[in-house]
Amino acid sequence: MTGTFEAPTLDYAALSPLIALAVGLVAIVLTAVFRPLKRLAPGLAILSMAVAAGCLVWQFGTEADLVSGSLRIDGLSTTFSLLILIAGIVAVLYAAGDIAGRQVGRPDFLAMLLSSVFGMVMLTMANDLIIFFLALEFFSIPLYVLCATDLRRPGSLEAGLKYLIIGSLGSATLLFGMAMIYGGSGGEVGFQAIAEGLTKGGVISDSLVLFGIGMITVGLAFKVSIAPFHQWTPDVYQGAPTPVTAFMSGATKLAAFAVFARFFLVALAPETDQWDVILAVLATLSIAIGNLGALTQSSLKRMLGYSGVAQAGYMLAGIIVATADGVDALTFYLAAYLAMNLAAFGALIVHERMTGSDSIASLRGAGNSHRIVAWPMTIAMLGLAGLPPTAGFLGKVFLIEALADQNWVWLAIVIVIGTMLSLAYYLRVVAVMWTNDPAPQGEDGHIDGDLLVTGGTPPWKDLGLVVPIVIASVAVIFFGIFPDPLYDFASRAGDAILSLTG
Amino acid sequence: MLSILLWLPLAFGLVALLVPAYRAWVVALIGSVATLVIAAVMAIGFDGSGGLQYVEKTPWIPDLGISYALGVDGISIFLVLLTALAWVPAVAFAASRRAGGDRERLFYFMLLLGETATLGAFLAQDLILFVVFFDLMIVPFYFLFGIWGTDREGITAGAATVKMLIFTLIGSLLMVVGAVSVGAFAGEPGTGLTYYIPDLIERGLGESYQNWIFWLFAAAFFVKMPAFPLHGWMPDAYRAAPLPALAVFSAVLSKVGAYGFLRVVLPIMPDAAELFQTAILIFAVASIIYGSVVAFTKLDLRLIIGFSSIAQLGFITLGIFALDETGANGALFQMVNHGLVVVPAILIVGLLAERFGTENIGPMGGLAKRAPILAVIFLIATMATLALPGSPNFIGEFLILNGVFQTDVAIAIVASSGVALAAYYALRMYQRTMHNPLPDGADDREISLRDGLIVVPMLLVVVILAFAPQIVLSDTAVAVEQAVAAFTEVTR
Repeated sequence: MTGTFEAPTLDYAALSPLIALAVGLVAIVLTAVFRPLKRLAPGLAILSMAVAAGCLVWQFGTEADLVSGSLRIDGLSTTFSLLILIAGIVAVLYAAGDIAGRQVGRPDFLAMLLSSVFGMVMLTMANDLIIFFLALEFFSIPLYVLCATDLRRPGSLEAGLKYLIIGSLGSATLLFGMAMIYGGSGGEVGFQAIAEGLTKGGVISDSLVLFGIGMITVGLAFKVSIAPFHQWTPDVYQGAPTPVTAFMSGATKLAAFAVFARFFLVALAPETDQWDVILAVLATLSIAIGNLGALTQSSLKRMLGYSGVAQAGYMLAGIIVATADGVDALTFYLAAYLAMNLAAFGALIVHERMTGSDSIASLRGAGNSHRIVAWPMTIAMLGLAGLPPTAGFLGKVFLIEALADQNWVWLAIVIVIGTMLSLAYYLRVVAVMWTNDPAPQGEDGHIDGDLLVTGGTPPWKDLGLVVPIVIASVAVIFFGIFPDPLYDFASRAGDAILSLTG
Repeated sequence: MLSILLWLPLAFGLVALLVPAYRAWVVALIGSVATLVIAAVMAIGFDGSGGLQYVEKTPWIPDLGISYALGVDGISIFLVLLTALAWVPAVAFAASRRAGGDRERLFYFMLLLGETATLGAFLAQDLILFVVFFDLMIVPFYFLFGIWGTDREGITAGAATVKMLIFTLIGSLLMVVGAVSVGAFAGEPGTGLTYYIPDLIERGLGESYQNWIFWLFAAAFFVKMPAFPLHGWMPDAYRAAPLPALAVFSAVLSKVGAYGFLRVVLPIMPDAAELFQTAILIFAVASIIYGSVVAFTKLDLRLIIGFSSIAQLGFITLGIFALDETGANGALFQMVNHGLVVVPAILIVGLLAERFGTENIGPMGGLAKRAPILAVIFLIATMATLALPGSPNFIGEFLILNGVFQTDVAIAIVASSGVALAAYYALRMYQRTMHNPLPDGADDREISLRDGLIVVPMLLVVVILAFAPQIVLSDTAVAVEQAVAAFTEVTR
């Protein structure tokens, strides 16, 4: 009690989600060493994520600074972390029967997935520049490797390498920007301290700070794939093993948008007038480029990649308005997007294992022959296109509501125009599945066998696949009709921002 | 009560998904009849002198002031009845022709989902709820037209449907922005959000907002109608659509657009409506002339009906934007009437196509000799279209023109020519199908009892309305008066 050194008090209860994930990670690495335990790895991964989710639910109302204020647990981090953990658990289930995991060794694959989840959860809690960067790298680096795990396919290796190079470039830009903000705010790293430093120093329009904001924007834009920093997205989405794509499409956006919200709405709050127009321009570009790019794709994964670019543009609107309502709408939209993407990619995985192809044309006649592919895919596409009665429609309504409220009507119109363009490609998928008779085997000349899995359980009997797909599809419809529970959940994120900015 | 009415079709649609495929039509027919019965009971209990009735209001998304609010008044009551009525022959016709093909369950599910969505649009008293149902309407019809549609020369059913969907959703999505903006900007700042339409009317919307929000709504409604020049999707979609789905689509969905003007635009944005009145009237007249002229150049029966609908909806728009009671009453009457006539007309196209093997009037003719009853039924439908005195169309168009004459004489005179044009295309359609010699190889069977039972009841309603228009007009008067109250006060 009378020692000279006083360690910072650690709130173990609030840190418990991270601890659960870290313990799980270590345990999985150990199973890789002890061969007989290998089969336990998927269970362990799910268990540790479930425990982490349980801890988050337990800590749901907590608002506290942890570890000397470098981490923060509040409504924003708990809601986003829970969604990330859902994505992680589903990814483990999707990957269970996947060939990619078998090639690199299942425990290794899962360890990387879990460390990526760990990094993402930490990122949602990041409350200073150092954790911001550390957590970002913590989730990115395993993700680069995960993309390359389908060793047989050159496309997968290429995706990993491409993601690594472009991702590193993004990280470097981000770090550079952080250094400038650090200088501009008078040597502060904590988000709230930065905000105070910027106001006190009177450097709001200082070019150093503006440059820093610009570079951080670019760095984050790389991560959430906002145009014109999106070029990696379609290639990586297509090249990566589909369970990995399913995971990263939702979870990466969640993690990056969490820190996007926290950093821009808290640390850069005094600068709102400086960055909102920049972001609005980026959002417009993203919506335009993403939607136009998606129009001509023949691979469903590439199309979803471009659609992800456009969707990131819509989501950015939630940041631009700089209100709690905006964050609520963003969170709701991200949750809906996660469900829609998990349904779409899940259906695609089933389809791939049956036919070995991810081309849109190969889905012909699925409405007759494979309901487990056709229905979830239809619901997901209608949701992404923003048609009622899906959560995607209401998500757009909420975003537009937040925009109109702050007089950003022109951006709302941009979203609407983007949505119109997007109908053309989302509905093409639906049309192919329902309006044509099944294609005779091999007729489209694209049964390349590359992704074909023969033997074992047929994919539509694989409960690990079917159950999450069904739950995700039902959720898309359910929250489109009864949005209130999800909206309440999402509004915790907005409340957290509100209590941070006062 | 209204919730039951609203969700009943969908409930039966879900049941239809579960029963064996060959039984699905029974479930669907029971569902549509049950809906009609409930709608009729509701209409009987409706008090013509009262305002909004059977109101149900519970919070839906309380944080944003969005509620699940339903209600009927004089504007919506007959459109709700029309919807419930139109679906019965459509389902019956589909059942008699096995229109669902090898996916009957899905077919009836989509058809009944369409009924719920359409009823929802007419019943919704919350602006966001209205937008939700308005957008939802198009989803089942996308599947109905796309899956069970016919590929035509030059365009597949799928492509035609995507075209339709993109056109209509452009409008609807702009309306989302409009609706949300109304909520955000109505009333004093800081009073909290509401989207309950009566509250929005009370709060009022600043004139500068009205002027641009007006066009966001107008775009949605004009595309849905469709009105010239936003009808680009119509010809292909009409040719692709399966007939039972087309019958309800043409009869009811097009009315939702016109209804939207009366429910949302006129009461909430009166200043803008007045400001842009002349522009809209000119659009409406253009629709009348264009629709009529194109209708008599077409040989395809579906297109004749489609383009004549453009003309009819032009009349309806004209009546609404006369911005007085007479015109609005006429417009509302005409909406009901056009819906009643179009369903049998389109189903008769199906009967003719079965006899001649084509829907093109070129090779048709001569049916009147051997099938006089069918000819008479078709004649009634034709006469009802061309506003012959003694038809309800005459009453509707008379009221509309009467209203417009008081606002703008020049436009009324030009619009009157539309009545003459209608006579031309309607009579041409009748002559080419029923008179002239019977072509070789055509089947000149009389209409069967079953088909008669499907087609005739709606025409009976038309005939009744012709002689007793007060049934409708007396109940609509109060609500119409309220809808145009903002304008009549100014002129008085």
